[in-house]
Amino acid sequence: MNVLLQYATVLILTAFVGTEIIAKVPSILHTPLMSGSNAIHGVILVGSMLILGGSTTNLQEVLGFLAVILATLNVVGGFVVTDRMLEMFKPRATKVKETPADEVAP
Amino acid sequence: MSRETLIDLLYLFSATTFIVALKGLGSPKHARRGNMVAAFGMLVAVVATFFKYVDGHSLHHVWLILLAMFIGVIIAVPTARFVKMTAMPQLVAIFNGVGGGAASLVSMTEFIHIKSSHPATYVILEVLLGVLIGTVSFAGSAIAFAKLQELMTGRPVTYPGQQLINGVVGAAAVALIVTILVTASTSLLWILLALSFVLGVIFVLPIGGADVPVLISLLNAFTGLAVAASGFTLGSNLLIVAGTLVGASGILLTRLMSKAMGRSLSNVLFSAFGSVVTASGATTRDDGRSVRSGTPEDIAIMLGFSSRVVIIPGYGLAVAQGQHVLRELAELLESKGIEVFYAIHPVAGRMPGHMNVLLAEANVPYEQLLEMDEANSELATADVALVVGANDTVNPAANDDPGSPIYGMPIIHADLAENVVFLKRSMRPGFAGIENDLLYNPKTTLVFGDAKDTLTKMVAAVKAN
Repeated sequence: MNVLLQYATVLILTAFVGTEIIAKVPSILHTPLMSGSNAIHGVILVGSMLILGGSTTNLQEVLGFLAVILATLNVVGGFVVTDRMLEMFKPRATKVKETPADEVAP
Repeated sequence: MSRETLIDLLYLFSATTFIVALKGLGSPKHARRGNMVAAFGMLVAVVATFFKYVDGHSLHHVWLILLAMFIGVIIAVPTARFVKMTAMPQLVAIFNGVGGGAASLVSMTEFIHIKSSHPATYVILEVLLGVLIGTVSFAGSAIAFAKLQELMTGRPVTYPGQQLINGVVGAAAVALIVTILVTASTSLLWILLALSFVLGVIFVLPIGGADVPVLISLLNAFTGLAVAASGFTLGSNLLIVAGTLVGASGILLTRLMSKAMGRSLSNVLFSAFGSVVTASGATTRDDGRSVRSGTPEDIAIMLGFSSRVVIIPGYGLAVAQGQHVLRELAELLESKGIEVFYAIHPVAGRMPGHMNVLLAEANVPYEQLLEMDEANSELATADVALVVGANDTVNPAANDDPGSPIYGMPIIHADLAENVVFLKRSMRPGFAGIENDLLYNPKTTLVFGDAKDTLTKMVAAVKAN
């Protein structure tokens, strides 16, 4: 199969899968969704590594080096901050402290 | 199994973890684990890449790669750990921008790399799209960051002939792309890079602070698409899958956000909304209507006698840093057997879902955070709607005044509640600069002052009763 066609297939199917999944994300989690998907596009780090690792001229080295720094910022920052946010979303505290107090009262 | 097959398998695994992570975001319960799964998948992909062959040899400059990563980690971790939750939109803008910049650099370098081998026209087109979209995202995010960080005015920046100039620059970029397709010239590619940068800047300048939530979602989609374009160039399914997922998510959020503002996307992007509002806002329509104001103690008594209270927070709450006191008040009321919910408008805050994060940080349990539709059905039976630092998102003009700039925006129907209480700093209109009739409604009471102060007094008064 034509390579271009194969990539286009992946692109189109992913677009549909992505839309389906993301439409189910509740609006309460839209900020973590943005920063999480932000971290995911940091996968460009893989591309940046290949660019720097395959570079043959100084110009390519400089551009690749910059790309790896930027992409690492994107990936690491994105995942860390998303984790920090999601950690804050907690369900109603199970009333651990109140229960013994109630039992003692009578 | 050959080395390449194994690496591709690992990449497939990573792509799967990304989908799992997004699926996990379907509920706050599984979201955090999902994010960790994706981070692990990313780690696997990065480690696998170290063993990949490029042009028949193993990766050059492994130490240089590690050094660059080290620099990235050193900057990213403290920034991500210690940034304030109110500054989240800026942070997302920055991380998004650097991602776009990286995608652009990858496409450029790959072009220089493959140019000697006379690549097919479609390969060059992928490169050019990667450079264009990635750079626009980079420059646009930088300006969005400057606006959010208040390094520059949050108001739309307009100048005569703006639309025309933007159009000309856009057309020039397209013309340049066509020329490069034919000539495969590297020097023209540098010009395209510069032109894309200018395009990103002038595209974002006329977008006002209130519309930045839409803008950030759109720029997020751009970076995703730039990454997908790089994936085409490098022949990497992993990059295509990840980039497209983000592109889809960004576009979907962009549409949701413009819908939540009751405006079309093109209106948000091109109308310089909010640039002239201060003028009309200052000369408040003073037609003798009076407002009723009350003291925090009055409100505390009112709250004490209610059985159901809906709190409608806006960004003003976060500006006053009143989230924790608000949660304290809510808990106090709950301990008296009063039902308390928070009604969250989709555009409350400075990015999609921002208010939820700010309240979650103040330990508000997520069961209490209601989406707009849910909240509106609760409000009909509520005794008090407590509006804290919000204005436009409860303005009935959005429903019944076709002349209003926010006409058509879905709102939270605070006016359905038995009583409406506004905690406001002054009679000054909100972010969109529009007069709010609800303030003059007979069932409305206004409490003037800093939201945090007022809430603190209310907590004390509720405790005393």
